[in-house]
Amino acid sequence: MSMFRKSVAIVAALMLTASLAACSPGANPGGTAESSTPNTSEGASSLSGTLNVFAAASLKSTFTELAKEFQAANPQAKISLNFDGSSTLVTQITQGAPADVFASADEANMNKLTTANMAQGTPEIFATNILTVVVPPNNPANITSFADLAKPGVKVVVCAAQVPCGAAAKTDEATAGLSIKAVSEELNVTSVLGKVTSGEADAGLVYVTDATGAGAKVKAIPLGLDKPTVNKYPIVAVSSSKKQELAKAFIALVTAAQGQKILQEAGFGTP
Amino acid sequence: MVLLRRPGRWEYQAVPRWIYVFAVLGTLFILVPLVGMVARVNWSQFLALVTSSASLDALLLSLKTAASSTVVCVILGVPLALVLARAQFAGQRVLRALILLPLVVPPVVGGLALLYTFGREGLIGKSLSIAGINIAFSTTAVIMAQSFVALPFLVLSLEGTLRTAGQRYEAVAATLGARPSTVMRRITLPLVLPGLVSGAVLAFARSLGEFGATLTFAGSLQGVTRTLPLEIYLQRETDPDAAVALSFVLIAVAVLVVGLTYRAPAHRPRAIVVPEGIHES
Repeated sequence: MSMFRKSVAIVAALMLTASLAACSPGANPGGTAESSTPNTSEGASSLSGTLNVFAAASLKSTFTELAKEFQAANPQAKISLNFDGSSTLVTQITQGAPADVFASADEANMNKLTTANMAQGTPEIFATNILTVVVPPNNPANITSFADLAKPGVKVVVCAAQVPCGAAAKTDEATAGLSIKAVSEELNVTSVLGKVTSGEADAGLVYVTDATGAGAKVKAIPLGLDKPTVNKYPIVAVSSSKKQELAKAFIALVTAAQGQKILQEAGFGTP
Repeated sequence: MVLLRRPGRWEYQAVPRWIYVFAVLGTLFILVPLVGMVARVNWSQFLALVTSSASLDALLLSLKTAASSTVVCVILGVPLALVLARAQFAGQRVLRALILLPLVVPPVVGGLALLYTFGREGLIGKSLSIAGINIAFSTTAVIMAQSFVALPFLVLSLEGTLRTAGQRYEAVAATLGARPSTVMRRITLPLVLPGLVSGAVLAFARSLGEFGATLTFAGSLQGVTRTLPLEIYLQRETDPDAAVALSFVLIAVAVLVVGLTYRAPAHRPRAIVVPEGIHES
């Protein structure tokens, strides 16, 4: 019997700790920090609290840098970043994940958020991206142009048509009048890049920013199309967020000259 | 002490009642999400969703590859379990720990390991490639990825059964002049057959659900390498209804296979308490 009591006590203690831990930030969302901050100056540095930014996986390096800049300018604010595929993120948000800002890699997934009435205002396009051919540094199949990908025996890896990079690849293929027989249609662009950097594939179609990010591990060959598919990146504050002011300030940084410079250095196009 | 009346005898029942509260919670924790998913199935479209060519290709490929990898697991796993359970040699504990590694590392890591070994630029793959054998992007790669993650399930299950079964019958057979191979064929394997079947079923089920290693090592192409879990992940992008319908099919297949063939590890004989004055009739 004493064993039973002991276990109950342990379980109860655990539950209490868990509920306390869950309560502390929720009961007072960003409140303590805000109220204790005297509003002496009216500068941006009065912003405080934690901002949850859900951003497309292709924004990882740029948004990490942007978050650092934002935190440097607003020492009392903290940016918490969550990177994943845009469709995964939008599903998480509509299912109740605590996001304050959503940055999508395409308009289709942003539309899911606006359709669910969860966007605060109109999403703003802050960057664009186009596809490029990438090959391993030693270029085993001697690829020199987009058209070379249609040659028989070339191991080409693309994204599946269901994901944005695959849809763009299909359109660009049609624009160039090519018929590429891929050996694999990957579930995301990172997998395509991985198959090329590991030397498994002869060539792949990825975003220009992925090629820039991979550095010397791949060689990029531009598609050379007059009208390539342009992927647009929209950003918006989530309407259920209680940190609209902070969200607005972060979005302002992304769309302002300072943010644009970081994005363009990574290979993104201007909106 | 709780004594339960069973036909013909009294048995000691070792589970305290309050344990059931947590057992029920555990059961609900597994079952409720399944119910939640089944509730989302769009039944009016169900048949159309699961009989599309992409869905059927994925289902067939999954069944085919999971069956093949189960065979691979039996061929490689049975000798391994025998060696681990019966032989004694230096480094045995280390070997066991290493063989169980695929159980604990994320499947994506397993996929990377396979890629850097059997890939075109890999440790072994480089020579294979020169010989004209390319494994990546093929169905063979899918079977290898599945076997890699499923093998420990079979080894673990069978080794446990071998240890529980003991060596008394084997020893007797040996004293009667049976050679080791005969002992294995006539005594050991028939004795542990239920454990072997359980292990094979576990390996099959694990192969059926394999995602990470396949994605990393084999790629994803309809009818060649895109198994059901990969198809589900892909459909989720554009057609959540199709993803849910296919998830239901995957669960149904898994429940069917496991339910029909899996037997829980044999119960240890219960302590039979015969209180004074009560005799078995």
